Amino acid sequence: MQPLCISAFTASCGAGSGRAPLLEALRNGRTGLRRNDFGREPLATWVGRVPGVEDAPLPGEFDTWDCRNNRLAWLGLARDGFLEAVAAARERYGRERVALVLGTSTACIGATEEAYARLTPAGEFPADLRARRVHAPHATAEFLQRALDLGNVAVTVATACSSSAKAFAQGARLLQLGIADAVIVGGVDSLCGSVLFGFNSLALVSADPCRPFDAERSGINIGEAAAFALLERDGAGPRLCGYGESSDAHHMSTPHPSGRGARAAIHEALARGGIGAGDVDYINLHGTASLKNDEIEAQTIAGLFPASTHASSTKGWTGHTLGAAGALEAVLTLLALESGFMPGNLNSRRLDAACGPQVRLASSQGRVRRALSNSFGFGGSNCVLLFAAAGAT
Amino acid sequence: MKPLENSRLYVNGVALWSQRLPGWESARRILAGLEAAPGDAAPRPAPQLLPPNERRRAPDTVAVALEAALAACRLAEVSPASLPSVFTSRYGDLAITDYMCATLASTPTQVSPTRFHNSVHNAAAGYWTIAAECTRPYTALSAGEHSFGAGLLEACIQALSGTEDVLLVAYDMDSRGPLAAVAPSRHLLAAALIVSPRRGARALAQFDLKTVTDAKAGLSVARADNAALVAGNGIEDCLPFLEALALGGTRHITCRAGPALALEFALQSF
Repeated sequence: MQPLCISAFTASCGAGSGRAPLLEALRNGRTGLRRNDFGREPLATWVGRVPGVEDAPLPGEFDTWDCRNNRLAWLGLARDGFLEAVAAARERYGRERVALVLGTSTACIGATEEAYARLTPAGEFPADLRARRVHAPHATAEFLQRALDLGNVAVTVATACSSSAKAFAQGARLLQLGIADAVIVGGVDSLCGSVLFGFNSLALVSADPCRPFDAERSGINIGEAAAFALLERDGAGPRLCGYGESSDAHHMSTPHPSGRGARAAIHEALARGGIGAGDVDYINLHGTASLKNDEIEAQTIAGLFPASTHASSTKGWTGHTLGAAGALEAVLTLLALESGFMPGNLNSRRLDAACGPQVRLASSQGRVRRALSNSFGFGGSNCVLLFAAAGAT
Repeated sequence: MKPLENSRLYVNGVALWSQRLPGWESARRILAGLEAAPGDAAPRPAPQLLPPNERRRAPDTVAVALEAALAACRLAEVSPASLPSVFTSRYGDLAITDYMCATLASTPTQVSPTRFHNSVHNAAAGYWTIAAECTRPYTALSAGEHSFGAGLLEACIQALSGTEDVLLVAYDMDSRGPLAAVAPSRHLLAAALIVSPRRGARALAQFDLKTVTDAKAGLSVARADNAALVAGNGIEDCLPFLEALALGGTRHITCRAGPALALEFALQSF
């Protein structure tokens, strides 16, 4: 495919808000995970919680959309000059040519959960939460469409943990077909009871800081994040060179044992970018630290890539940010392309026997010209993105 | 807005299921005014693609979405395993959302693992690809009251970006519990379309996709008695398109795909 320009990008998560703090946390090996202190009866686990979300209400005119997820979205947009880049795109192309494709798995469900916890004696939503436009999957994208004054496509992608990776693919198609001239793609998911207790019910949550690809890993930590990129056909900046999407067609909550869906998505992303596996310098793995995902993903990577490819999961820094993971990890991948810094697997001590030489415990510095980001989700939805450094295509 | 260069698309398959429009064959006659809608609501479908023990246990949205998806494939005479798909729903499974929120408020550690994995917005799409043994990509979208149009646009974009049929499945259900006050939706409804850049063996219609940002565009509305059959459902916007297919001839369709974006085309039935 014709590479697309990423003219602005930013991310906020437990490990840092904005590119510079994030890169610093990566370089210093400083985790964003902390003991879970979220909710009335916190589960014994660790979470990637963004500090200060509670204390950052939306501007008054957007009161109707106020909730944790939208606060996180707003906080995230304000970093790295992203709002200014959106304003410039709106100016350049007109509001009706700027689209939004937003990935999220649970949107503002935390606000709906809160309403159920505070029902009136008559069993109704309390007045404050009843008045808000937050009780639907599209609520965050709707808020952003209004707040950013966008007049093109504004849609929510909700394919669980692949959501915001697929937002890049959908956004790319909007540009390729000329439906839009600029597309804001991104992902926002915030801590809520549904995901903490939901993943706990599946026995997937670790009581300790998660250890991706470690032989003794014991499950995932939930995190929250807001991450955005501005895609355009031309301009300065790194490139989106390919994407691959596939379905496992296997099970709602377990990956296909042979990794066939993951492999198909990787092959498609490489083919779209017109490169071979040997050209990939860095891979940001899905690496949730669940037993199954990491085993199957490690085998898949070992079977496809040369030993020279450096592969790692950054979830030891961020936790698994679910629907925001695709966009967050796209931004972390772009940081690797920009800085040459390739993270290792934080918190992990001894790699699983399934890992080939690609999966590294330690971070390293090198030349990163092309990099992949893997996102694999519930319902067997897979998406792999291929990025290239500015000037590498 | 710049016109798309090659925007010709074919409707190679269609399906519709709601409690008073249970299946395309009868829906086609009802929507065309040839037959009265049944007075009683049909029981929810038991999607044939699922194993018998899962048909009963499947959430309502999964059952109705899979029923419509399979019916569209059969009408088009295409293999369900061969199609990339776009699923779209304004609210997702409202009964499961009600269950999750109620359980989290009372006994959070008792959340059912099955209900949790069924609570994801892509549950219907996930079950479809598993049941159809389809390894092609799917997506699961939502766009508020414009969820049908946004899904139709993405299905058309995927079809125009490639060379093959794309399955669109739009669905919503009736709301339950306290949530009903803020997410009001009625009926159990699913519509499926197969859109393609190639005319299929059983193609029903063709159109040239156009997107317009002129908010003045008058939206298509279904006949009042038809509209009443699905009124209040999260994807009720699908009805003018389906009614046009049922009526035949050439019908002008303007369908919202977002607050400032609409799809506009003449739907020419064969």
